[in-house]
Amino acid sequence: MCGIAGLFSKTDEMEAALGGHLAEMLLQLGDRGPDSAGVAFYRNPVQPGSCKVTLHSPDDRVDWQGVSAALGETFGAGEAEVRASHAVIAVEADAPAVVPWLRERYPELRPMSAGEAIEIYKEAGLPRDFVARFELASMDGSHALGHTRMATESKVTTDGSHPFSTGLDLCLVHNGSLSNHNRLRERLRAEGIDFQTENDSEVAAGYLTWRMREGASLEAALEGCLHDLDGFYTFAVGTADGFAVLRDPIACKPAVMAETDHWVAMASEYRAIAVLPGAEDAATWEPEPGRVYSWERQLV
Amino acid sequence: MAALESGLEAAEIDLTVTPLRELNAALHAVAADSTARYRVLNPRGAHALAVGLDAPLQVEIEGHAGYYCAGMNKQATVRVHGNAGVGLAENIMSGTVVVEGNASQSAAATGRGGLVVVRGSAAARCGISMKGVDVVVHGSVGHMSAFMAQKGRLVVCGDAGEALGDSIYEARLYVRGSVAGLGSDCIEKEMRDEHRFELAELLDAAGVKGAEPSEFRRYGSARRLYNFDVDNAGEY
Repeated sequence: MCGIAGLFSKTDEMEAALGGHLAEMLLQLGDRGPDSAGVAFYRNPVQPGSCKVTLHSPDDRVDWQGVSAALGETFGAGEAEVRASHAVIAVEADAPAVVPWLRERYPELRPMSAGEAIEIYKEAGLPRDFVARFELASMDGSHALGHTRMATESKVTTDGSHPFSTGLDLCLVHNGSLSNHNRLRERLRAEGIDFQTENDSEVAAGYLTWRMREGASLEAALEGCLHDLDGFYTFAVGTADGFAVLRDPIACKPAVMAETDHWVAMASEYRAIAVLPGAEDAATWEPEPGRVYSWERQLV
Repeated sequence: MAALESGLEAAEIDLTVTPLRELNAALHAVAADSTARYRVLNPRGAHALAVGLDAPLQVEIEGHAGYYCAGMNKQATVRVHGNAGVGLAENIMSGTVVVEGNASQSAAATGRGGLVVVRGSAAARCGISMKGVDVVVHGSVGHMSAFMAQKGRLVVCGDAGEALGDSIYEARLYVRGSVAGLGSDCIEKEMRDEHRFELAELLDAAGVKGAEPSEFRRYGSARRLYNFDVDNAGEY
């Protein structure tokens, strides 16, 4: 089953309260995915030339400030901002330099995301526990995606949870299941795409990473999914500037969208949108199968 | 919570106060011939609203409904003042279900009787496996509508998506706009007087204004798929 939520703020007021609203959406989608939950927030962008990495540690005795100090000595870095089992560190270097360094120096830590604005948090367990433990209600952001998982294709672990990072400032959440993920994973591995799990959704994320690495736009990469992925899916993809939504042509998996002057939202079920302010008067519609929808922030 | 039997004033049930199960239990507990009116406030996309009714009640849902609204309906009139989620009026037996907005996938699926009216558009698989229900959509319907439809009438005042009426049995389909594609064994058929007559009745019952039966085309089964043909005996 699984539940997906996406929320995009159009006003400063909405931006300040984004975490609280996304938390409410995730709670509504808890029934669709009690196995794990995860979010990607786009917030507090760093300067060009710097990056933000989100790291996960399975061991809660991790010395996060030691990690940020080591990053600081090598690249220059801020303090670790710790949130439950994850920490975000701003580093004064580009992600392609920082992430391999982290993987070598701290192989026990798992980089969840890297980019100028993205932060990914995810964990196995009930969505309502996740929302409380990660204090989502305290978070702001320009936009965010969330996922609640009912596992079908791989184990219930933090790594098997969504969102999956698909590149710098990019991530994917998925409701559905893919049939050709094993063969496609091998093909993508041959192209140099790295996979951490046997999860089908991670293959979709890797596919988008590969297509965009080869020069495709996000829209073109998503349209490629219609050809190259076999299975059921509603995808939501987060980017530095917004998010995009795609349903497979058969459209077995649900999706509903709504928009007001203050926000744009998508969710697996309307009840996750009903909790947003002004939802009753929002323009509300079901996205058509096989069509890419996207929103971007106005760059002023 | 007792409804007023006068039929003039409606009992109000606010779902921010009353649990959904209590709403449905109250609607099930009425006398078999009750014509009471109920207004359901703040539905906020809740699933399974007003399901399994079996009395000539009038239920007004004041907002958007979630999945399976008015499922298995008998006798009652359920009106949704908003959109409805997946599986609206699934397996409806009789009575009337009206949605003022749009309906998501599989509206009126497997319905055996009664009337389902969608004043906006309906998404994919509208009327899938319908077995006697009448469905009137003021707007358009998505792909695979009336898939394996056995009996009843589907009226679409707008357009129909891909694979309309795939593997259809004896349901009758009327479409005013374009059809993106017909499914297996579904063909266009002649509009005779009896069809124009029943279509006029359905349009009237569904409150459709400004659409004439002469503007519609009729589709139905070519009867090549589900009939056993002795000439094909050697194939088995």
